[in-house]
Amino acid sequence: MERNDKIIDMSGVRVLAGTRKGAFILTSDGKREKWDISGPHFAGWEIYHVKGSPADPDRLYASQSSGWFGQQIQRSNDGGKTWEPVGNKFEYEGVPGTHQWYDGTPHPWEFKRAWHLEPSLTDPETVYAGVEDAALFHSADGGKTWQELSGLRGHGSGPHWQPGAGGMCLHTILLDAQDPQRMFIAISAAGAFRTNDAGKTWQPINRGLHSQYIPDQSAEVGHCVHRIAMHRSRPDVLFMQKHWDVMRSDDGGDSWHEVSGNLPTDFGFPIDVHAHEPNTIYVVPIKSDSEHYPPEGKLRVYRSRTGGNEWEPLTKGLPQSDCYVNVLRDSMAIDSLDSCGVYFGTTGGQIYASADSGDNWTPIVRDLPAVLSVEVQTLQ
Amino acid sequence: MIRVVLPAHLRTLARVGAEVQLEVKGQVTQRSVLDALESAYPMLRGAVRDHSTQKRRPFVRFFACEQDLSHDSPDAPLPDAVASGTEPFLVIGAIAGG
Repeated sequence: MERNDKIIDMSGVRVLAGTRKGAFILTSDGKREKWDISGPHFAGWEIYHVKGSPADPDRLYASQSSGWFGQQIQRSNDGGKTWEPVGNKFEYEGVPGTHQWYDGTPHPWEFKRAWHLEPSLTDPETVYAGVEDAALFHSADGGKTWQELSGLRGHGSGPHWQPGAGGMCLHTILLDAQDPQRMFIAISAAGAFRTNDAGKTWQPINRGLHSQYIPDQSAEVGHCVHRIAMHRSRPDVLFMQKHWDVMRSDDGGDSWHEVSGNLPTDFGFPIDVHAHEPNTIYVVPIKSDSEHYPPEGKLRVYRSRTGGNEWEPLTKGLPQSDCYVNVLRDSMAIDSLDSCGVYFGTTGGQIYASADSGDNWTPIVRDLPAVLSVEVQTLQ
Repeated sequence: MIRVVLPAHLRTLARVGAEVQLEVKGQVTQRSVLDALESAYPMLRGAVRDHSTQKRRPFVRFFACEQDLSHDSPDAPLPDAVASGTEPFLVIGAIAGG
């Protein structure tokens, strides 16, 4: 017990929240009971994502954007105390071509914003950016310059991709900790893709997905994948929250099967995996197709300890009446302290945290602007 | 010296006050002023005009001497009062959105 207390005292967490009107950083010790909040950073700008480098926790990257003044990428070398703007030139390689517009007509590829920044697992200077209109960019100089990994758009199905309601965004980037050549990405609404050669070539990995809203419900591309997740110890096991359906793959995305099981609705945005239990996963069911708030006004995280199909509602500390917020796709995160922490942010501006794998929840901040993304760093 | 007034968000981004002063060589036009602005404050590249096309971003306007110059040619000479530094060149963020 004494030893565990010592470990807790020496560790801490840093929550990185992107919101519609700025970024906020919340820090706590390993107990995760008291929180210090700094922000807003970049006040008034949309912050789609903030993420720290696993190789250097003080190196943070933030995607800052505005309908007026476009895209900025900000970088911090001191854990978010100070920031510097770095490169914001995202140019598609070659002739961008067209994708499908909402009405099915061809529409030219146009850069709008960076949705997701994924720092390398080993090099603080290397970072990937998933952008709208969907493409993957790479920087090897700490975000100063960006190059498109154009094999993704160029693999052939790009002209058939179509925007979801939020835009045609590349929103998820998963790096395989066991194979630096392999990564997974997801696009709404195209689907999931995998590279085995560090981004030179890509293949769609959507076999087993069925989507009522496309003419060929089992098409190779066109699926509105909201999020994919994996545990770094099991990179062949992927979990997916699709527009409808929670899915699982046990072969690196080659095939998927549904694991929605007893969820009250299989629609939602985020999905994440417990830090120490690779078969324990979390989703936040949301009523759809247009409501986009929790069923019955009850904010419930659902946890499966069996990798899907059997789900239990987690409600302690979460509002169980009159709650009509949404939880967006990049707004859930997991820390890796011994007692695993789970975090999620809402469009109502709350960030809820659980320091015990989801059994008990408490709001660590209540009144932020609408939360677009939540990440957490475990600091030793 | 050419005087340029930036909107609040770009002042914060560039870490400057309400007005910046720029030396512009040759003819004083929107293009030469913005080239000088971006050269002095590289973080403003892409924030006022598009990186590739160099076109004004849709929700940005250019005012000077009580005139809206946003639709003028970027190579048209700016008013003498701007060129002489008597009046500032105003970069405006459109009043829109929430």
